[in-house]
Amino acid sequence: MNVELALPTRKDENFRYSDIAALGTVWPIVTEEIVVAEGAEQTLQIVETGAGAVARHIAITLGKGAKFDLRVLTAGPAYGRIAVDVRLAEGADFTLGAAQLATAEETLEIVTEVTHAGLNATSEQIVRTVLAGKSVGTYLGRIAVERGADGTDAEQSVRAMLLERTATANARPELEIYADDVKAAHGCAVGELDAQGLFYLMSRGLTPPQAKRLMLQAFIAEAFTGAAGEEELSAAAIARLEAIL
Amino acid sequence: MLKIDNLTANVADKPILKGLSLTINPGEIHAIMGPNGAGKSTLGYTLGGRPGYEVTGGSVDFAGQDLLELEPHERAAAGLFLGFQYPVEIPGVSFVQFLREAANAQRKGRGEEPLSGGEFLKLAKEKAGLLRMDMDMLKRPVNVGFSGGEKKRAEMVQMGILNPKLAILDETDSGLDIDALRICGEGINAIMRAPDKAVLLITHYQRLLDYVKPDFVHVLAAGRIVKSGGPDLALRLEEEGYEAVVQEAA
Ligand SMILES: Nc1ncnc2c1ncn2[C@@H]1O[C@H](COP(=O)(O)OP(=O)(O)OP(=O)(O)O)[C@@H](O)[C@H]1O
Ligand SMILES: [Mg+2]
Repeated sequence: MNVELALPTRKDENFRYSDIAALGTVWPIVTEEIVVAEGAEQTLQIVETGAGAVARHIAITLGKGAKFDLRVLTAGPAYGRIAVDVRLAEGADFTLGAAQLATAEETLEIVTEVTHAGLNATSEQIVRTVLAGKSVGTYLGRIAVERGADGTDAEQSVRAMLLERTATANARPELEIYADDVKAAHGCAVGELDAQGLFYLMSRGLTPPQAKRLMLQAFIAEAFTGAAGEEELSAAAIARLEAIL
Repeated sequence: MLKIDNLTANVADKPILKGLSLTINPGEIHAIMGPNGAGKSTLGYTLGGRPGYEVTGGSVDFAGQDLLELEPHERAAAGLFLGFQYPVEIPGVSFVQFLREAANAQRKGRGEEPLSGGEFLKLAKEKAGLLRMDMDMLKRPVNVGFSGGEKKRAEMVQMGILNPKLAILDETDSGLDIDALRICGEGINAIMRAPDKAVLLITHYQRLLDYVKPDFVHVLAAGRIVKSGGPDLALRLEEEGYEAVVQEAA
């Protein structure tokens, strides 16, 4: 077991937008280590819908050709931090589909560090953040492609939706590539709900919260597509959206 | 059913509707024609309650209620339907999901029981059939990737499902091919021709009026109704153009 001892400060790049006071209440974080053997497949679903503070650090090591499918829903905590480190050997595949939904003064963050250490490994990360009130939502996503990890394919799709202008979205994708023949697509966007679409839905009789919920449901859907627990994740997300709107 | 009295409205602080009056009784079909930019769509959006369409004067009574006091969804529940000139695409939201929620939201607003999944699908199938639209299209995201004509046809399917008292149809005919025009025209008649319903058709052409015969035709120019008449006014406009008719009215 690996335990980080000193409480970080906001000077630490990985905790730049954290709620350090809330983090202190759950510190230190015990790193959850997961090792997936060569050729094996594993899935993990993290659903944090309780109130209070939660901070998790998960370190995943994928052997040759191993596959890992991680889904995350953070929707409820006053402070929620999910940090994931992944190391991929040759031909390994990592999928992250994550949604975080926040309102009021909540601070939610997802921090990933995906390291392609072998040839032809693939990773895909989809992160959707919905922010109401004065909440803060952050995604810090670092992708490192080590020397020799040629043929890497690393994709990141990061989007945040601000329901009110008082909310704050932070997104920082980072790419560090020391190999050849690397495909790395990343995009991040912060937006607001389409006013025309909302009016269209309301003109058919949907109340404003219903119209917004429907559009947000569509916005986060991609994060859960293909997950073993897709329905359960969606239902939990919808319940939180209904509470927020 | 609808009584618009001296309505004035701004869009982006610019006066667009400049004292528009119009009365529509139950059982009537009215057509509004008029030059591009006259304010026809603005009238539709203002009646629908679209944000950004600011009413600066006048009144609108809809079936005994002050329409302008209602939120867009309340207007829908009260029985108003707006067929969009440019239906909006909403990625990720399927027609069936959205329409079932919309139908049930309206029913709730009126104190009625919600439709079950089965009841809704039966209704949707019937109305899609009426407009000769494949049910599979209603499983797709709202209007996404639909052709211009398909979007207009989907608007009519929605109207059929929601069964409004008053439909304001903004250029429903534009984008429709010859067969689709007939199908939509017949659809409008089937859904809306009733003694307790009314239609306001916004159109540029006589072709739709061949199928949906109006009782009254109005010319909207520069934010006002400048001339009203019977069905023959549309024919005259088609022959002589707006300019002559508008000048004669001035
Ligand atoms: N958001 C806006 N900002 C500024 N002007 C606007 C805006 N929306 C509409 N207008 C103006 O309002 C006027 C009326 O537009 P409207 O769309 O109602 O015309 P219309 O009669 O429906 O025309 P068409 O026959 O081309 O559909 C036009 O001059 C248009 O440019
Ligand atoms: Mg128009």
